[in-house]
Amino acid sequence: MTEPATTPDAGRTSLESLSVESATIVSQPSVWQRVRRNTSVRIGGLILLVLVAVAVAAPWLGTVDPSLFDPVSRDLLPGQTGEITTLDGDTLEHRFIMGSDSFGRDVYSRVIYGTRVSLIVGLATAIVAVAFGVLFGLLSGFIRWLDGPLMRFMDGLMAIPAILIAIALVAMWRGTLPTVVIAIAIPEIPRVTRLVRSMVLTIREEPYVEAAVSMGTPTPLIMWRHILPNTVAPLIVQATFICASGILVEAILSFLGVGLPPDIPTWGNVMAEGRAQFNQYPHNIFFPGLFLAVTVLAVNILGDGLRDTLDPKMAKRG
Amino acid sequence: MNADAPILQVEQLTVGLPGGGDRAVAVREVSFSVGRGEILCLVGESGSGKSVIAQGVMGLLPRQLPILSGRILLQGEDITHAPLSRLRELRATRMSMIFQEPMTALNPVMTCGDQIDEVLAEHTRLSPAERRAKVRAIIEEVLLPDPDRMMASYPHQLSGGQRQRIMIAMALVLEPVLLIADEPTTALDVTTQKQVLELMLQLQRKHGTGVLFITHDFGVVAEIAQRVAVLRLGDMVEVGTKAEVLQQPRHDYTKMLIGAVPTLRLAERPVDDKAPVVLRARGLAKTYVDKGWFGKARTVYAAQDVNFEIRRGQTLGIVGESGSGKSTVARCVVRLIDPSAGEVRLGQDDIAQLPPRALRPLRKRVQIVFQDPYRSLNPRRTIAEAMIEGPLNYGVPRAQALAKARELVALVRMDASAMDRYPHQFSGGQRQRLCIARALMMDPELLVADEAVSALDVSVQAQVLRLFEEIKARLDLAMLFITHDLRVASQVCDQLAVMSQGRVVEYGPAHRVFAAPEHEYTKALFAAAPGRDFAFGG
Repeated sequence: MTEPATTPDAGRTSLESLSVESATIVSQPSVWQRVRRNTSVRIGGLILLVLVAVAVAAPWLGTVDPSLFDPVSRDLLPGQTGEITTLDGDTLEHRFIMGSDSFGRDVYSRVIYGTRVSLIVGLATAIVAVAFGVLFGLLSGFIRWLDGPLMRFMDGLMAIPAILIAIALVAMWRGTLPTVVIAIAIPEIPRVTRLVRSMVLTIREEPYVEAAVSMGTPTPLIMWRHILPNTVAPLIVQATFICASGILVEAILSFLGVGLPPDIPTWGNVMAEGRAQFNQYPHNIFFPGLFLAVTVLAVNILGDGLRDTLDPKMAKRG
Repeated sequence: MNADAPILQVEQLTVGLPGGGDRAVAVREVSFSVGRGEILCLVGESGSGKSVIAQGVMGLLPRQLPILSGRILLQGEDITHAPLSRLRELRATRMSMIFQEPMTALNPVMTCGDQIDEVLAEHTRLSPAERRAKVRAIIEEVLLPDPDRMMASYPHQLSGGQRQRIMIAMALVLEPVLLIADEPTTALDVTTQKQVLELMLQLQRKHGTGVLFITHDFGVVAEIAQRVAVLRLGDMVEVGTKAEVLQQPRHDYTKMLIGAVPTLRLAERPVDDKAPVVLRARGLAKTYVDKGWFGKARTVYAAQDVNFEIRRGQTLGIVGESGSGKSTVARCVVRLIDPSAGEVRLGQDDIAQLPPRALRPLRKRVQIVFQDPYRSLNPRRTIAEAMIEGPLNYGVPRAQALAKARELVALVRMDASAMDRYPHQFSGGQRQRLCIARALMMDPELLVADEAVSALDVSVQAQVLRLFEEIKARLDLAMLFITHDLRVASQVCDQLAVMSQGRVVEYGPAHRVFAAPEHEYTKALFAAAPGRDFAFGG
């Protein structure tokens, strides 16, 4: 609103009066500073940092190998002490902070190691979905004949429930980490494509892009240099929401028994394990559920904060 | 109550600004009054605080801008800190406001009739039939044709001028004593602006309304003001009658502003008929065919049979109102869009239909400067990167391009430190200079300026116009200058083409067109220029 462009001598008519102007230094905080000052970003970021630390330090947090079991220690309640047999055949005294499941596995260890799987799945899903979404969005926004077919295909993809696509894909490929990530990412791609396409269509009308055209900049370079960097902020925001949904969908797939194999410790697998005996031993569902809820909440809070600071227009829209 | 007492008194009003701005307060100890039936023009450049004052009077200030001290009296009643309920009673009945952009000020999902009716339903006890009659009467009063159709229309179905008339009708339907008009004609074409200003004057005289008119346009001030108050960065530097302020300004800032108003008087310029022709357009046309999936295709003739030529060292101005096709022509010349027919001869080469590959080596010979300085530079690239982009595309070594960029930054009178900064660190005028420098990096033969000074404040506009003149003279460039502003055109143009509805209706030496316009449209356009017969002094 303010424009401090007027120099005191601007009114004189001689050419000499065009004073040399140095750049007005604007004291506005940079985007990065604003992001760091945002309360939501701080809270969400802090919780996520703790979770990352937990995932990385899992072996040193009083855990045992999450695949170890001991029939003697079946169905222990949280806090009880029992024994557990290592792969070498030794028997260890172990305190089951979160109890054990019906195989005698340590729920605490499985939940802590499950953090790794969840965070990796969330991050990888976001990266894969954004990478393909950006590619398709750019193509669709720039190549006119491709726009129609590509977007109709995306519309078709969006018409199928995400969870059904994921189940079908995992069923086709067997459940390994990469296939699960791709299966979760594919239904997210159309949303990113639409976002990128709409931004490309807006930005390519910007005068600075037209100036680049008139300066002879080739089209691929215009995309890379002028259009892509200006889509980054909304994309980061979108990526956090994909990350949250990726973590959730992975847990759902595991819970339904169509995700990663049951021996891999994931929150969904632990919950699936505990489903049968939910009435007697609710801890099997409660603890992984709590971790899942806190993680998704943290990612979403972070995303909201990023949206407020990086993409004010989108924040107003709701 | 005394009939001569002023309707609005603003005494020592100070409004705060949130921290981090360029100054401590938005407006500082501003005092003025508006009498019954008086028009006070509040003039100032962007950021001077004129809209803040208007919002303060209406009680519309956002929470970040608190009134720190001073009083606002409406007919003697102190409304400075009046409760919301009281303000709601006063709005529309005693004071009302019209805004710059009627499209956003009107509700798009309500018919115009319903929107006026809402004001009446809220503030009066009239029956629906009486209200309807009153709405019809006020729509007739603002001289809208076919009142019944207008009442049933949605805002998007009306033209800009018609929408602004609906706003005026809504503002005046309860005969308020005070009307605040915040740049009400800035978004309108000159001919429409003239009609709307005439209407406002007529209604204001008839009802004896006091008007607080906010504008940045001294032409409009000369047209309607009785008294004028000049604001600069939140301070009121001068207040007086129109004659005092516009013809014998006392404060240096006012003198500067008035000195920067381009005059419409035009001296004959020597035109070198033998200079080589840089660009010649013959029968240039652009049509858009809008074919939907269903129904008939719609054809829009954006430009038709446009002919002109530009010689080296000369400036051709294309003037016209919005939708006249002037920007279409500019974009065809730069080949940002492909012309539908005709030829655009750049020297010997016809570039009108060249495929991209063949066009590329020719592109650098025509460069363009756009209207909006805030969108003309990529926010994520430094000035240096923006400037050397073009030369690098054509294989100029980086060091050489940077040296040239430094030279041109100095030519547009910016400090060399500008090179490493990002666009958001510059004001609009500074950015526009940098855009000019960027265009010059390509050593163009023709510089196209598409409304390049329209978004700038009048003093900055004067600087940029002088810069264009200086560059043209120094580099012996040809220029194509697109503008809707006749005053600006009269400053820079050697030749003038007047466009209306996609066609050039008049074309000739600028001084001839200004002195003796031949075409009816040109005459109407010139007659509509606000304040054209007013002698500004300074």
